[in-house]
Amino acid sequence: MTNDTEQVMNLKINKEKPFLVGAVAYDAKVVTIWEGFKEYFRERDFPFDFVLFSNYETQVESHLAGRLHAAWNSPLAWIEARRLAERRGRQARAGVMRDTDQDLTSVIIVRSDSGINTVADLKGKTVATGALDSPQATLIPLMHLHSQGLEPGRDFEVRRFDIMVGKHGDHVGGERDAVEALMGGEVDAACILDANHLVFGKEGTIMQGASRILTQSAPFDHCNFTLLEDVDTETEARFSQILLGMSYDDPKVRPLLDLEGLKQWKEGRTTGYTQLEQACDTFGVIDPWLDANA
Amino acid sequence: MSTDLGVAGTPAKQLDLHSLGFDRGGHLLLKRDLGLVPVGATVAVYGSDEALPVHLRGWCRQQGHAVTWPSELGEEARSQPGPQGSPLVALVRRGAAQVGRWREAEKSGGADPKQEGSLVEQPPAFWGVAGRSATVERGAPEWDFSLNERDELWAEEVPRIYNQALAAQWDPNTAVDWDEPFELPEEVEDAVVQVMTYLIENEMAALVVPSKFLAQIHPHFREVMQLLAIQAADEARHVEVFTRRGLLKRDELGLSTAGGQESLKTLYDEADFAMASFLLSVLGEGSFLSLLRFLRDHAPDPITRRISHLAAQDEARHVAFGMAHLRRHVTLDPTMREKLATAIRQRHAALEHTAGLNEEVFDALLLLAAGSWEIDALDEGYRKVLELKEDMDQSRRRRLEQLGFTPDDAAELSAMHTRNFM
Repeated sequence: MTNDTEQVMNLKINKEKPFLVGAVAYDAKVVTIWEGFKEYFRERDFPFDFVLFSNYETQVESHLAGRLHAAWNSPLAWIEARRLAERRGRQARAGVMRDTDQDLTSVIIVRSDSGINTVADLKGKTVATGALDSPQATLIPLMHLHSQGLEPGRDFEVRRFDIMVGKHGDHVGGERDAVEALMGGEVDAACILDANHLVFGKEGTIMQGASRILTQSAPFDHCNFTLLEDVDTETEARFSQILLGMSYDDPKVRPLLDLEGLKQWKEGRTTGYTQLEQACDTFGVIDPWLDANA
Repeated sequence: MSTDLGVAGTPAKQLDLHSLGFDRGGHLLLKRDLGLVPVGATVAVYGSDEALPVHLRGWCRQQGHAVTWPSELGEEARSQPGPQGSPLVALVRRGAAQVGRWREAEKSGGADPKQEGSLVEQPPAFWGVAGRSATVERGAPEWDFSLNERDELWAEEVPRIYNQALAAQWDPNTAVDWDEPFELPEEVEDAVVQVMTYLIENEMAALVVPSKFLAQIHPHFREVMQLLAIQAADEARHVEVFTRRGLLKRDELGLSTAGGQESLKTLYDEADFAMASFLLSVLGEGSFLSLLRFLRDHAPDPITRRISHLAAQDEARHVAFGMAHLRRHVTLDPTMREKLATAIRQRHAALEHTAGLNEEVFDALLLLAAGSWEIDALDEGYRKVLELKEDMDQSRRRRLEQLGFTPDDAAELSAMHTRNFM
């Protein structure tokens, strides 16, 4: 697809042409969330609608093709959008994000009795990761190891648990499978999101005391509403203000916030994507897709 | 003890978890301490569990609390140990989410129904299945409990009758000596089986009618639901014992007539709780009470007498509940009496084309009361059955008068009650 064939839509929104947001359907609850948001926006006289995609790449392509005003993007999809826009001489910017999108970390865990005490001890071992395109369970932890001198595939073997590729690790199943492989002795280490260590302990996937956190990545940021230069700042400001005005005190909106996993929306920032940018540069994971779509 | 943590200020509380991990309950202590400080205030968390920084980060992010890490503090501040000597892990600033969640939450009435204001006139749908006096979060789903008016449901006597019912539960296996020997003439046994067949379908109707309403009652009126539930359990037991007696010496039950079922179905089809309660509990079970007492006194064998006695005790409670809440209802709403009268007339009209009490049941009652084919015994049996009908009429009239009907109206309405007794 090239710019020539695309028709950038008239981005002045109205009832016939509502503000259109793309999101990826990684779970059935996604429908409930966006239907709820739609009602919330419409009650505030902001014509709003959404389109669900089965994977982030198609969403980013549709966004660049002018079929969306904004896309609710995973961190990797943000980088895909930003880089693809750049290649086409356009600009992407990060709008609002959830409070829970800021300052996440990934951890690499090992069995307590494994004798693996330092990152260097992973040499020659097998490390389980989440899906190929999961920032938190694959790309960032592998980058974290790389920055400490350990090259995936050369210094240690990577065992990927590819659950729902295209959904960028939104589904926790890949991480759970990685941890089960660790506990079952099939692999020597597993990469997961920090908060999931506690979750897997609670649900019994990790027996108490059976695992140790070997190393933790630097903080990074997760999803954001990505916009391109074709949305005027006034429209973006209204869109953002409505989101930022959602209050956890409001019983109508609280269930939606609970489902989407946040307590409040925050102004977007792009400072938390450095590690993932580096991972993309180092491992070249999105290059073939970028080359095919640029 | 207060500790100055430089730029982060002085924490409102210090929590030293020592070696306790967040995966072993440490989060409860932090939750408690955060609950004790105002929104925006800080709890300094100390501890030595090596996973604590990772767990704290994830947990605080999800709970909406902000975290300041020791690396963001000055050297002096971050090196001060906690109250038990553990190192500083993080400063946690309380977020507003928990407070927000319970803002405008509503207390669902009071626990004690005797206290003024405990029971509201019409509980809102979003109180749902919450126990009375619980604090209900705003945004809870709306439950469709269509019976939600206090005046329609409540009676002061409900908790007392419920407690009586609890204390009076009996076990059919032990309350009845099923092996007690007796011999009846074949035809008298047949008559008992026919009466049992009739009792079973009446009890079955008495089971399904309140059960149908039970699930529509707003749980704010928990005691009414409990009473109806135990009433349903009573009827289930009655169905059992009458079935067991019917099949004690026979392989199958007797005859079920169209007219009998027609009469019972009008109860089942009654959509209004107060009307159904009136027709079933006050008039139906009221008449049934006379019949069970008649069987208790005149049945030809000890088992039938025993089970009729047990069932009659339960039915008396059902009648008491029906009377209690209808008495309250007619007091609060004087137009109610006319509606009750209309319900009787409508049912009478609906059943006019039916045969009434089937001949089989009437003859069986007569033979059962007589106990034999002797002429004198039959004469005596006939007299007893007439006395039973008279007793039923008198009891209905008395209850109608207790609900405020004049003696003339009570007599007229009693006469219109179904000839099928229930």
